[in-house]
Amino acid sequence: MDTIARYLSLHVENMTGAVVRVADRPLGSLMTILVIAIALAVPAGLRVMVDNARALSGTWQGAADFTVYLEMAVDDPAAEDLALQIRQRNDVERAELLDRSDALVEFRAYSGFGEALDLLAENPLPHAIIVRPAGTSADLDQLVEDLDALEETALVQLDTEWLERLRAILELARRVVDVTTVLLGLAVIVVIGNTIRLEIGNRREEIEIIKLVGGSDGYIRRPFLYLGLCYGVGAGILAALIIVLGLGLVASPARALMELYGSDYRLAGLSLADMAWLLGVGGFLGWAGAGIAVARHLREIEPS
Amino acid sequence: MIRFENVRKRYPAGREALRGVSFRLERGEMAFLTGPSGAGKSTLLKLVALIERPTRGTVLVASQNTARVPRRRIPQFRRQIGIVFQDHKLLHDRTVFDNVALPLMISSLRRRELRGRVRAALDQVGLLRYENQFPLSLSSGEQQRVGIARAVASRPQLVIADEPTGNLDPGLSLEIMRLFGRFNDVGTTVLIATHDLELISRMGYRRLYLEAGSMAGPAAVPG
Ligand SMILES: Nc1ncnc2c1ncn2[C@@H]1O[C@H](COP(=O)(O)OP(=O)(O)OP(=O)(O)O)[C@@H](O)[C@H]1O
Ligand SMILES: [Mg+2]
Repeated sequence: MDTIARYLSLHVENMTGAVVRVADRPLGSLMTILVIAIALAVPAGLRVMVDNARALSGTWQGAADFTVYLEMAVDDPAAEDLALQIRQRNDVERAELLDRSDALVEFRAYSGFGEALDLLAENPLPHAIIVRPAGTSADLDQLVEDLDALEETALVQLDTEWLERLRAILELARRVVDVTTVLLGLAVIVVIGNTIRLEIGNRREEIEIIKLVGGSDGYIRRPFLYLGLCYGVGAGILAALIIVLGLGLVASPARALMELYGSDYRLAGLSLADMAWLLGVGGFLGWAGAGIAVARHLREIEPS
Repeated sequence: MIRFENVRKRYPAGREALRGVSFRLERGEMAFLTGPSGAGKSTLLKLVALIERPTRGTVLVASQNTARVPRRRIPQFRRQIGIVFQDHKLLHDRTVFDNVALPLMISSLRRRELRGRVRAALDQVGLLRYENQFPLSLSSGEQQRVGIARAVASRPQLVIADEPTGNLDPGLSLEIMRLFGRFNDVGTTVLIATHDLELISRMGYRRLYLEAGSMAGPAAVPG
């Protein structure tokens, strides 16, 4: 009990010591923390943007039109009837019949196969119904399934190629963000490691004296680790602030853009969990950077 | 308490600083280590505190062979020795109290006990009233006494001092040496390196005389 209390008080002492040391040179510390915060905020902010884009592309799936091609045997009135039926579903916003003879005219005009078509005895094109779903992407699956199950349906074709392309681009963007995250994480470790290295240099004499009176490596190491932790957590807090501010700045133009597309999607901000992550990652990187610096440089300092 | 057996020390860059030194200092004894500049006095003390290691021979401190103390155990080893330096080696951004408390904080002593010990040590060197001052506001002699208080605060069995009166006037020097004498009176083993032959001739302790890296005179009896 007593040893635990003493151990805890030692850590509290080290933590307050680190905060005091950071506050002691506000300008220098602030610049260090700002650099680290930017290195944390850039990947975290990009991640938020990419996540938003992915969520948004998810809502778009519901808005994508698709085409139901009917069997050749379905005649004009039956097709009209079916389009009417589909239009009446409440997960459908619009359903237009693309008449097979209209389709043939269009095809003849645009495809350049006009002569070839003349050789055919019959119109080779079926009736088609263009459906615009009303619901979310979860409802969409049900809708597609229902339409596919209809006896008159030959084929349901989702017109989602562009969406898949967008997804692929977003996937790529996410990879890029991952790589950026790793690189900037390394940069944070280097920045903190270098700061701690300078701090060790500044306190060389103190370290020698503590070694002379019997301070263990752990005892000497601890304040530097806490200093790194302090920088990291401070930078994490600042990074969260930067992202919140940045999202605040893009929120209203983004909403205006969404409205133009008739979407009521709202930009997702930083969740509490994200912020905790940011602080945690900042603290960890700070501790790690300090640990590396300490391991490399404390050994070199020996009293003589 | 200290035993040297045919100890040689050659610095990587330099010539031989100690050339076969043997002596022993008994538990509870106090002795002065004298000799001309460059004789190897500081080197000898550094071997005791494991700041340097001997090139040849054996150094035993408190019955431990220093050759068998690995690097990572040096801190623990040093905690049984109080070291006093000519240049005090105080931390200038910490108060007198915190300086003296340093070795006790390292051994994570309970706060109440730490307070008691620090104040007792400061009282012994007559500086209790300065506990909240910073070292630079003290005179050189007072700073030296803070250094001594730090060396004895953890109640080590052995205190070594390298020219503790180097920059002090004769009156202050005598006072400092008497202070060491008082710690010796209560059983601490003390070894002090000094040039000041005149001063130590006025005190009755044993003398070890080093010259050009060798023990000379009656003190040279091997242990
Ligand atoms: N770190 C070192 N590297 C190389 N040579 C050294 C080193 N320290 C001491 N020496 C040499 O070892 C010899 C003994 O030095 P030492 O400091 O032990 O003498 P000293 O008796 O303490 O002298 P002083 O009375 O001037 O303090 C000297 O010739 C010195 O030049
Ligand atoms: Mg010397």
